[in-house]
This record gives sequence, structure tokens and C-alpha cells, in this order.
Amino acid sequence: MKIELTPKQKQGREAFRAFAEQEIIPYADQWDESEQISRDLIEKMALQGYLGAVLPERSGGMGLDMITCGLLNEEVGRACSSVRSLLTVHGMVSLVLQRWGSPEQKEVWLPQLASGARIAAFGLTEANVGSDAKSVETTATPSGNSYLLNGRKKWITFGQIADVFLIFAQSEGKPTAFLVERKTPGLVINPIRGMLGVRASMLAELRLEDCCIPASNLVGQVNFGFSHVAATALDYGRYSVAWGCVGIGQACVEACLRYTNVRRQFGAYLREHQLVQQMLTEMITNVKAARLLCYQAGYLKDVRDPGAITETSIAKYFASRTAFKAANDAVQIHGANGCSSEYKVQRYLRDAKIMEIIEGSTQMQQINIARYTCQEEMLDGPAAR
Amino acid sequence: MDEQKIKIRTFLSKHLRNHDLSDEADIFGLGFVNSLFAMQLVMFVEREFGITIENEDLDIENFRSVNAIVKLVDKKAATLAEA
Repeated sequence: MKIELTPKQKQGREAFRAFAEQEIIPYADQWDESEQISRDLIEKMALQGYLGAVLPERSGGMGLDMITCGLLNEEVGRACSSVRSLLTVHGMVSLVLQRWGSPEQKEVWLPQLASGARIAAFGLTEANVGSDAKSVETTATPSGNSYLLNGRKKWITFGQIADVFLIFAQSEGKPTAFLVERKTPGLVINPIRGMLGVRASMLAELRLEDCCIPASNLVGQVNFGFSHVAATALDYGRYSVAWGCVGIGQACVEACLRYTNVRRQFGAYLREHQLVQQMLTEMITNVKAARLLCYQAGYLKDVRDPGAITETSIAKYFASRTAFKAANDAVQIHGANGCSSEYKVQRYLRDAKIMEIIEGSTQMQQINIARYTCQEEMLDGPAAR
Repeated sequence: MDEQKIKIRTFLSKHLRNHDLSDEADIFGLGFVNSLFAMQLVMFVEREFGITIENEDLDIENFRSVNAIVKLVDKKAATLAEA
């Protein structure tokens, strides 16, 4: 066993960090305030190939292994969770099409998603349906060689600008996924503003009123929308969010190390006060532990181990709690300054709270990890040990 | 064929808590299959037999029993050999 990045992975991490330092960090607070990221940034990320990170080179993607892909999410997440959430949802739909798309869907969509020419968003959540995702109320009624989609989707990340949505609906009571293009008649998109965190992720509510979707836009098969299509997307979503949380935690560590090195109280630097040291130690240790869990999940994904799904849930659970705790302590260490928009830690805290809710809330993970582990205890494989 | 069956039966049996599984037993009918296991089964079959489960293979009949999975694996392996 060897836990060390390859030279190529290290090189990737350095490039991602340099990009984030130059193109994201200087603007992240501004985007948080204006509740949108710039088109210019999306184009720059597309040019770097980041929007095709999860796709193979034959589809025009970067063909990254899952560890390197995770490092991209950490470095972008360290800079701005809203930008990271674009990588998450765009990657979720890209991976689903790569995994379960028809040959025609792959041919049409993968190169466009890989290049960033088109942006994709994930449309599962509804006003009445969050954790209980199987119970979506949107319907897809067969009509000749098409389906008529009716319903509403809420909190759709980057819904304001996405060109195509992966929409989940009940087709005669069977969960089914469809690609719905933005230009589809009957699709109305309303921006959602004023969120607590990840404020620049350009959320939208979608209304589908008799949207006529060709049967060729059905992704996977009827009745496999949840068990295979959504499951594939959410597994990657959890992985991306977990790494993004490591990024938030790392940003908190760095902010606190800087601050405690210059701020003095009672005649000593904050870093010399033991109760501050306690918070720093917790933060540093938990962030490292979260990163190791992400490495483990990434490794299992790369070797296609069936245990990867549970390990990813564990990584997401721990990393999101760590990010929130780290950001909470980071604000505490910064005192009044930490509550001010002049310091980034207040943004980290607001963003970190969202991480405990999306892609399976902390409570859903608490239920599922125990259940999954009971289920897997009989199975052989690295995840069982 | 027998080796395939043993591997599949071992994987399924462990998941089904050593339920005595015949080659024709309907694993969905036994009521143990949830969405986590559905994806784990796909990953297991792909890794163990070096095949890729695709859109067109998403048919519950392909995963219903040990024999059904063997049949799917054979079909996919034959397609792979022809390519």
C-alpha cells in the first residue's frame, strides 16, 4: 500500500491550484454578492478542459482518473463552492450520458458537454421531494413517439444558464430520466435568489407544462431512472461534493493559519493561545482525514470496486461535517472580522452549511451508511475492511 | 460457465445473507434488491467479467437470476470477441 500521488496527479493539482488562484479566488466574493458567476470564467474553465474532466478523451474529455478529478474539485472548492457546484452538476449529467446514454445521445451530447459548448444541469429535486427522491411528482406521459412532461423542479443548480437538463419523472409510475433542452416549448425557467450559501450557483425553478420530449431523449430505460441513472449521477455528485468540502476545509485551515499569525490578543499571537490551537488542530486533522477518505473512494472508483458507492457516501458524510465544523471554528477564530464580508471565512461557513444538505443530507447518510455497511459486511472486497 | 456461476452465486448469496440460491431463483422476487445493490451488481459483473453494461442491457430480465446474469455475460463477451 502506498498513499502518494503520481507525478501526473501532482502536476494536475498544481495546475488546478494555479488556475483557481488566478481566475477564481480574486472574484469569488464578488460572485457570492452578485449571486452569479461570470460567463468569462465558464469559458476559461472550458478552455482548460475542466468541464470535460470526467469524460474520456475519445469523447473530447480530459480522461482524468478519479483521484485527479477529485483534486480538481478540491482546488476549485477551496476557491469557490459555487464554481465547484458547476463542475458537480455538469459532471453528473456528463457521466450519466457516458454510462447510460444511447449511442446517438453519446455522439450528440458528449463532445458538446466535454468542450463546455453546452452546460448541463441535474433536475431531480422538487418542492415536495428532496431526500425521498423516488417520489418525484413530475410525470412523463407516453404520446406516440414522444413523452409529455409535466411538473416542477426546484433548487436546480445552474438552472439559470444550463442548456440541457436531466429531468426525472414518473412514466406510468416508473421512474425514468429524460434529456430536456432549454429551448423546449413549455419549459419555463425562473431564477431563485437570496440563498444562504453557494449563492452564485444560479439556482432555478423549472416548470414543465406539456413539454413534448422525443422518446430518443429517454436516458437509460423506463423504470431505471432512479436505480441506475440517478444513482450513477448522485454517486458522482457525492464524490465531487466530498472533495469540494475538503477544499472548503483546506481554505479554512489556510485562512486561520494566516490570521492567527498576525492577530495578537493579551500580548500574544492567537496561534500561541491553547484554545485556539485546539480549534486549529481539530481543523487540520479532520481535513486530512476527509481527504484520505476521498482518496479511498477515488481509488475504489478507479478500480471499479462495487464498494466504491458506500465509501463515497462515507467520504461525503465526513467531509461535509468537517467543512461545516472547520468553517464554524474559522469564523470563531476570526471573531468580529470573521462575521464581516471583508473576510472569506463567513462565505465558507454559509457554503459549508449547504454541503450538509445537498447530495444526501447528513441524516440520510447516517441512515444509509449503517444500512449499506450491514449489507456489505458479508461481501468480500477492500471496502469491507 | 460453471466458474461464472460460482462467482455470481457467491456474490449474490453473500448479499442475500447466505440465502440458499438456486440458479433460477428470482433475486428481485426475494425482495432483497435495493438501488445500492442494483448498481453494485452492475459494477461487480463489469469488473469480474471485463464487460460493460450499457443502456440496452438495462432490462430487469438480464439481472433476475444467476442463469440470467450468466446469459448476459456470455452475450456481452461474445459481442466483445466479435468487435
